[in-house]
Amino acid sequence: MPKDGIGASIKRREDPRFLTGRGRYTDDINLNGQAHVHFLRADVAHAVLNGIDTSAAAAMPGVLRIFTAADFSGVGGLPCGWQVTDRHGQPMQEPKHPIMAEGKIRHVGEILAAVVAESVEQARDAAEAIEVDYDELPAVIDMKAACAEGAVKVHDDLTSNLCYDWGFVEENKAAVDEAFASAAHVTTLELVNNRLVANPMEPRVAIGDYALHDDSSTLYTTSQNPHVIRLLMGAFVLGIPEHKLRVVAPDVGGGFGTKIFHYAEEAFCTFAAKQLRRPVKWTSTRSEAFISDAHGRDHVTKIELALDSEHNFIALRTDTYANMGAYLSTFAPSVPTWLHGTLMAGNYRTPLIYVNVKAVFTNTVPVDAYRGAGRPEATFQLERVVDKAARELALDPAELRRQNFIRKDQFPYATPVAVEYDTGDYEATLDKALAMSDYAGFDARRQESEARGKLRGIGLSHYIEACGIAPSNLVGQLGARAGLYESATVRVNATGGIVVMTGSHSHGQGHETSFPQVIAEMIGIAPDQVEIVHGDTANTPMGMGTYGSRSIAVGGSAMVRATEKIIAKAKKIAAHLMEAAEADIELKDGAFTVAGTDKSVAWGDVTLAAYVPHNYPLDEIEPGLEETAFYDPANFTYPSGCYICEVEVDPDTGRVEVQSFTAADDFGNVINPMIVAGQVHGGVGQGIGQALLENCVYDGDGQLLSASYMDYAMPRARDLPMIAVDHSCCTPCTHNPLGVKGCGEAGAIGSPPALVNAVVDALHRAGKEVSHIDMPLSPARVWAAMNG
Amino acid sequence: MKLKMHVNGREVTGEAEGRTLLSAFLRDGLGLTGTHIGCDTSQCGACTVHVNGRQVKSCTMFAIEADGAEVTTIEGMENADGSLSVLQQAFQDHHGLQCGFCTPGMVMAAAALLREIPQPTEAQIRAHLDGNICRCTGYHNIVKAILAASGQPVAMAAE
Repeated sequence: MPKDGIGASIKRREDPRFLTGRGRYTDDINLNGQAHVHFLRADVAHAVLNGIDTSAAAAMPGVLRIFTAADFSGVGGLPCGWQVTDRHGQPMQEPKHPIMAEGKIRHVGEILAAVVAESVEQARDAAEAIEVDYDELPAVIDMKAACAEGAVKVHDDLTSNLCYDWGFVEENKAAVDEAFASAAHVTTLELVNNRLVANPMEPRVAIGDYALHDDSSTLYTTSQNPHVIRLLMGAFVLGIPEHKLRVVAPDVGGGFGTKIFHYAEEAFCTFAAKQLRRPVKWTSTRSEAFISDAHGRDHVTKIELALDSEHNFIALRTDTYANMGAYLSTFAPSVPTWLHGTLMAGNYRTPLIYVNVKAVFTNTVPVDAYRGAGRPEATFQLERVVDKAARELALDPAELRRQNFIRKDQFPYATPVAVEYDTGDYEATLDKALAMSDYAGFDARRQESEARGKLRGIGLSHYIEACGIAPSNLVGQLGARAGLYESATVRVNATGGIVVMTGSHSHGQGHETSFPQVIAEMIGIAPDQVEIVHGDTANTPMGMGTYGSRSIAVGGSAMVRATEKIIAKAKKIAAHLMEAAEADIELKDGAFTVAGTDKSVAWGDVTLAAYVPHNYPLDEIEPGLEETAFYDPANFTYPSGCYICEVEVDPDTGRVEVQSFTAADDFGNVINPMIVAGQVHGGVGQGIGQALLENCVYDGDGQLLSASYMDYAMPRARDLPMIAVDHSCCTPCTHNPLGVKGCGEAGAIGSPPALVNAVVDALHRAGKEVSHIDMPLSPARVWAAMNG
Repeated sequence: MKLKMHVNGREVTGEAEGRTLLSAFLRDGLGLTGTHIGCDTSQCGACTVHVNGRQVKSCTMFAIEADGAEVTTIEGMENADGSLSVLQQAFQDHHGLQCGFCTPGMVMAAAALLREIPQPTEAQIRAHLDGNICRCTGYHNIVKAILAASGQPVAMAAE
């Protein structure tokens, strides 16, 4: 078995190119004859668009052409990939999402016109000479006001601003209400899950290119899923068949969800390149990113937990408003529903659950998946209400959780919200986190803080997530307009080296390092004999890309299945070469042996025979050694864990400082522990960012007030502590070949409630009757809560 | 306007408009695309380079202001034989990067710190990185990498 196989923390092969400035990001690509586009964007949130006069701008130096909505009359809108059915069996309201504003402006940042010029500076200069004639309308920003009778409508052709009113599980509603009526104790909490901007450090970029000789188009784009973009843009927007369209996503500088979606700029550059017969490039500024990248979260929730007299959870009821923004982004409708409602059981045995979600159109940027997508929103409200219940009943929050956990002997466990957890051990991660954080020793630390005039608190949260997205037949029933399998082609070369072409996409996750470890383990060769190719539809099989912590669980499983086919065929060849029965052939340490004999052929001898088939069973098998597998998971995977946060609060200023953070996760089997730990660090960093710093704020007119890094508080090195991580509590996934669960989102899901619970705890210990503070816990908010 | 500067030890000449930022000149004029542009308010630090030995966000100065200057970019940071420098190697050893986009700026900032304070404390490292935003790592392994590069003992990356 190679020492660099599964479970080894080998260094990342990606790193040298990034550390020396030799990465190849989309903006690093410049094509011959390239023109540049600048988008003129709306600076008001809601208006009737009377006309756009481009005549002066068109005469400016370097301008090649100016496009407006009229140029896209023969082109489709940006498609939505998920249709949610409402409580009454009706499909959601689904407005057209045009490439450029048609007749009406619906959010600040919406594209009004596109100037293509020889240089980006010329395009920008010319855009300033475009005259836009519009009549401003009142903006619809607050979700509850948007749902009020007589509210101004974002879309005139819809019946209201309500996209859907979703009930889950609708048949449980009466039984849930009955349980609440008979409960010994009910804990109620109203809270906001603050709107966020994903902010991968690389802004989005798109370059369209058109080849006249074969009438084909190529799009270079900062995407997490190039095949999805090719399908959506080709089939639904521009009408280009897949074989005439190539999408390339080279090195991508972070995604966090917001680079899943198909954006207008991608379609524009592809379209304009064909019109102009020149490559057309767009590079987003950060300011544009804030008003054009899909935002995340933005839920307003009331949650109620019913307990019996022995503190067992007997029912849960939630009522959530979820912001969709002005249009439906690619997967937006699925986030507050199937990625949120299905998680409301959390780690608990709560038998009756009812979730209501009203998805609302507003004059804001579209909202879609951001790291965790629905699951952080579910976890935050659940772990906050459980904490509040413990406080109300004077119980240790850890022990109230423990009492209500699904026990490890109860798996597989079917929750009342339609999912079946395959495996888990929630007490194990709880006990691990309690030990790692020295929970028992908290009081001494609190006294030490108190001596320095600081309030100290400790908070914990437990999370479950459904990832490894997703079984296609299941999500199809739930409204997905796509399959969610993954693919891999394993190409073994004549001299034994391997190239894996995967539909997964790496934009920081280190697949180029970790995926080869799996093949190395299976065949018994060194990982450096395996190369990973990803990010180009021209040389990878149709795959769904990377999001939802799915790459190793679904993409890795596809690679395993393809490699199993390779090994099966290689054994046939080896049997022929050694004149032995195929059933007796064993593969170990990169050599084929015949059981019970000393006969052996090396991996390279077999691969060479496959391509130089002189002595070869040509009547039985084809030459060559290349196999493809598509893997469609049988179920979601269910990582879980316990996070504990300790904070100090300055009573004079309300400033919160995170003193320690502990994450004990159960990710099932782990391929590269170093990479997994890094994923948790980053996820926790984003979760602490949400809880403490980040907030996307619109004013009543729909102007984005937090539209740059001067105003949107990104977590910086001084805001975060060292993060203690552990993934030794391992209950392997039971339904994929690697026993893996995925680790990409956990940190962002589990951390916000732990931090808020810790701050509320600190205030309580200081005698402040504060039951909740909405995120981000800025000094002003904490001070106001203390002194309110 | 014509301008001339020493970049990574080599004399280079080029043309830039008065409004061209040094970051844009390095990328578009010289093809040194390791210097990244992550924002437009001089906050993120992805474009950090050294100008006459000082750490500078290259989006905060015009190219013409660097006329005649000694400029070092991420492309000039490896050892003469092409191997990774001690600092770069520490970033790899301690998994101090994920997507790699902020990484050039982080390395340039860290190099400047270590020149100023050869053995910085964790708090000094975090304070120095205030102008460099990373969205992937939570800074945990970046801090460890810089501690390690300064010769101070740290646990290995998986721990």
